[in-house]
Amino acid sequence: MGYLLNAEGFDSTIRELSKKYRLYAPVLKKGEGRFLDTDVVRYDFVTEASQIELDAKSDYAFKEFLTPLSETLFYFTENQVREADLDPKPVIIFLRSCDIHAAKRMDQMYLANGSAKDPFYQRRRDLVHFALIGCDHSYPNCFCASMGSNVTQDGYLFSIERAGEGYQSDVKDDGLQELFAANAVSQKDVVPAHVSENDVKVTVPETIPLAEIIKNSLWDEYDSRCIACGRCNFACPTCTCFTMQDIYYTDNGKVGERRRVGASCMVDGYSTVAGGGQYRRKHGERMRFKALHKIYDFRKRFGYDMCVGCGRCDDICPEYISFSNIINKVNTAAGQILSAEKEAE
Amino acid sequence: MMAENPYLPFSSEILDVIKHTGKEYTFRMHFTGDVKPGQFFEVSVPKFGEAPISVSGIGEDFVDLTIRRVGRVTNEVFEHYKGQSLLMRGPYGNGFDVDLYREGETVVVAGGTGVSPVRGVINALSQMPNASDKYVIVGFRSPDDLLFRDDLARWDGLLNLIQTVDSGPEGYTGRVGLVTKFIADLPLKDPAAAKAVVVGPPPMMKFTIIELQKKGFKDENITVSYERKMCCGLGKCGHCRVNDTYICLDGPVFNYTEGRLLMD
Repeated sequence: MGYLLNAEGFDSTIRELSKKYRLYAPVLKKGEGRFLDTDVVRYDFVTEASQIELDAKSDYAFKEFLTPLSETLFYFTENQVREADLDPKPVIIFLRSCDIHAAKRMDQMYLANGSAKDPFYQRRRDLVHFALIGCDHSYPNCFCASMGSNVTQDGYLFSIERAGEGYQSDVKDDGLQELFAANAVSQKDVVPAHVSENDVKVTVPETIPLAEIIKNSLWDEYDSRCIACGRCNFACPTCTCFTMQDIYYTDNGKVGERRRVGASCMVDGYSTVAGGGQYRRKHGERMRFKALHKIYDFRKRFGYDMCVGCGRCDDICPEYISFSNIINKVNTAAGQILSAEKEAE
Repeated sequence: MMAENPYLPFSSEILDVIKHTGKEYTFRMHFTGDVKPGQFFEVSVPKFGEAPISVSGIGEDFVDLTIRRVGRVTNEVFEHYKGQSLLMRGPYGNGFDVDLYREGETVVVAGGTGVSPVRGVINALSQMPNASDKYVIVGFRSPDDLLFRDDLARWDGLLNLIQTVDSGPEGYTGRVGLVTKFIADLPLKDPAAAKAVVVGPPPMMKFTIIELQKKGFKDENITVSYERKMCCGLGKCGHCRVNDTYICLDGPVFNYTEGRLLMD
């Protein structure tokens, strides 16, 4: 069922929802951007409708609830090991279509890669419901249509987007119909807005001649252009890597924690083994490792591409490296290699 | 508490500590579960961290973990003595299938701490009735870096052992030279049918395999084991991924026909 809400109705709906749920939404943080006098849109818990940023693409992804940058797994007290607690109140995450598609990739890694399900992820995931933010236009660097993540038809409790002076929602969850009906101006069939075309278009090559693409000179420019800061990984809604990290409290060395913290395949130390040996020293090699994971390796293992085309890596790169460009370069190079091979036959 | 938490380590008593060199000890840990050579455990000292350590020996109630003191966690492990405990979880990875090497000629080439994961394989080979068809080439940096001295002495009488060091001090009378040097002269009857196991630092593995191929070994008869930084052992953390392969789940032991496709 769909509903039209005015600002007041939306506000009271959010207030009511926040009694039962923690609401995790993109929030415009004034002046908290990377540079002086810049803003940033990142996820945070909200209790009021006015806090939710519906008009901008978030700079960082919703994943920070599911996989916090730093998450305590265990507490160590002398010989005791105790699992960290988690607030059991359910969570509604407000996110766009690309990000709902990204959640599927996160589930794939944490719950279905290998025989063991990740219990720390699972217990957070079990709390999570989605609210879809409609996209009535494409944002800069978005290429969701090329990656097939522009449309989401189910898997959310309700959608929300601006409609004229007010808002409209497509409510999927039966338990929420009453709440929306009570706060709505009127009922109306609502199909969440989605984009069907972006300015940025990519073509993911179906076949990648892996050995040749790995050796291809297209990666060389990133040896110098990429500064291996890892921002692309931390902004990416499908990057899942983490590192285990133990700490002890400096005022009592008998007490400490085991955490997992976000890791980046672009940053030094990611592959370092005992004694200092490391794989992929060159930044171009790391770029290749990341890029091929997003558009090839993941698909080979799980049957669909990892990248959802949100473009956050392009938005955030301090060196203006464009990931969508990389995909297209790989496509061109793969095409050249394959047609050269055909000619040789 | 969660019903099943694969990250939750168990406590294991240190039954013995065997010193090989100043910075390489074998910790004999209490363990009674199923485990294969080539698998690994995440060993931890709470508040300092976890490190993946491969199994270097298996007994009825223990596993041996040969550890080199090179970092934050292993430094702390070395502060632990017989009778104390370490935390562990595992075993992880596929490990070696020793049965593959029963028939015919087999060559194991291992370098440095790469001997640890294949020690169980070499032990098994040394007990086989056709041990005279089994060859082991082990290389260490210098005579001071030798691991498993007692085993080396024992293996020497049971199978064909070629023990070498990269370089020796003046007056050293043992073999000197990289492991690759000794492959060409192996007196094999049928290299095309012989099996090989190669474990060691990446350059050593690369050139060993080239030598084996020159000798007539087929890729499908070569087994390799890869070292990567495995933070979780469960296919989640991502650190050990190469292409579409997770070393901790799909390896660390690979037939070389798969292993050769892995490009970092």
